Amino acid sequence: MTVTFSHYLILAAILFSIAVAGIFINRKNVILLLMCIELMLLSVNFNFIAFSRMLNDELGQIFVFFILTVAAAEAAIGLAILVVLFRTRQSINVEELDALKG
Amino acid sequence: MADLILAAPEIFLICAICVVLLTDVFLPADKTIVTYSLALLSLVGTAAMTAYFSVGETVIGFGGSFIADSAGSVLKTFAYLMVAICFLYSRDYLERAGLLRGEFFVLGLFGLLGIMVIISGHSLLTLYLGLELLSLSLYALVAFNRDSGICAEAAMKYFVLGAIASGTLLYGISFLYGVTGTVELQALGQYFREPDALSLPLLLGLTFIIVGIAFKFGAVPFHMWLPDVYQGAPTPVTLYVGSAPKIAAFALTWRVLADGLLGLHESWADMLAVLAILSLGIGSIVAIAQSNLKRMLAYSTISHVGFILMGFIAGTEDGLRASMFYTLTYVIMAAGAFGMIILLSRRGFEAENLEDFKGLNARNPWFAFVMLMIMFSMAGVPPFVGFYAKVVVLESLLATDMFWLAGSAVFFTVIGAFYYLRVVWYMYFVDPLNEESLEAATDFRVVLSVNGLALLVLGIFPGVLLNLCARVLS
Repeated sequence: MTVTFSHYLILAAILFSIAVAGIFINRKNVILLLMCIELMLLSVNFNFIAFSRMLNDELGQIFVFFILTVAAAEAAIGLAILVVLFRTRQSINVEELDALKG
Repeated sequence: MADLILAAPEIFLICAICVVLLTDVFLPADKTIVTYSLALLSLVGTAAMTAYFSVGETVIGFGGSFIADSAGSVLKTFAYLMVAICFLYSRDYLERAGLLRGEFFVLGLFGLLGIMVIISGHSLLTLYLGLELLSLSLYALVAFNRDSGICAEAAMKYFVLGAIASGTLLYGISFLYGVTGTVELQALGQYFREPDALSLPLLLGLTFIIVGIAFKFGAVPFHMWLPDVYQGAPTPVTLYVGSAPKIAAFALTWRVLADGLLGLHESWADMLAVLAILSLGIGSIVAIAQSNLKRMLAYSTISHVGFILMGFIAGTEDGLRASMFYTLTYVIMAAGAFGMIILLSRRGFEAENLEDFKGLNARNPWFAFVMLMIMFSMAGVPPFVGFYAKVVVLESLLATDMFWLAGSAVFFTVIGAFYYLRVVWYMYFVDPLNEESLEAATDFRVVLSVNGLALLVLGIFPGVLLNLCARVLS
């Protein structure tokens, strides 16, 4: 079997679905949420690279560089908030994030 | 070189932010007032740059990824004004709460830079970068009170849902890029001028982009973060989140949908209609059950977002003008409402419950009247400006024969009026819980009074702002 263009898109779609499912099913650990977010951005990068190859156009690859940079900044902020959360609550359990509701 | 002049306000602001940041690092902790003054000064400077370098006609630069036009200049000027008002209202509160640190102003200015990049973005890449700059600043701002568990929880929820929104938006953009081979809005606009451009991957991309935008706007069913963030964040941060970023959300929708993807109007108008109706309904009904004022205002925001989206659905220039007018007047109302909560708060006490407003008329008649003007304007009572904002949106819907949409908007507005009027009832006809008089700095009192009176003045002369919106959009 040869790997065709559509295989890349299907792989990206599967990664994206795993990420979304992971975010909504996971009830235990906030760090897993951060990992799922990274996975989501990874699947987007996959899409951009695949389209960039198909169109023979380097814009998609440039876009990926920007996404990678922003993802790094995003992870830094996410982990910083996680540290604050753990310091004030001594727990990073998703189910215990329920002080705000209504 | 000509390109750099287009971005002169942005370049000036980022230089000013660096100066503010460095000054703050070397200042002793009790001299944060200097950082505050510098932050306000850089806002004035940026406004001056915008006025000086504003161009009469529309100019696109940086290889099609940046646009300078007069509508953008107006939106930016309003954003400066909102951020300045937010800083002004916040200083007293932050000082009392022991939170007066330079980071608040630096992050606020960085968020403003993100808003400016969104307003001037003319390719999906620029818009994405501006959106992230704004969002990352907001996440950090929401977690600003590091010792509060509620703040951290709100920030975490905001961060996770905001990151999903960005991921969804990007996934949609990747499909759009795959089909059209470009991310520049002008090229996209040309591509979609052909009638049979619609295909399945394109529809998929469009849907993901709309979900991303709805998340950032806080439209139902993607509104989960909004009430939690409004309630959990310190009130000055809620004021920030609730005002200037709404201008950015309007600009984002305008640039992407009503400009770049206008050729797909029939496809996205239906999706926006569903979002708008749900937002109006959930926003108006759930707000009635809230006893926390910040949470109630969050749901009120959701219903106002429904109105802003309705202007886009018409797809006409009138509709766009109505949306812009609604956004600009809404941010003034939101700033006033959160300013009132800050005014009533004291050291270690947040006046965020409805009950804290009981008998305000007996404690301070003037500010009770200011709050009355804000609440009446939000409810849409004439002669306040909120009434005209709703009327122009409804007019644009009726002009395109969308009667059921206009009818349901009126229906939910009537329901929504109840909870605004309840606040007024509490202030005027219920005995106060405590008789303390209000303490606030003079500049704070003056600006809050002007903020409230602006709603009345704009309501009596709505044509001034309305004509401005029409002129810059045409």
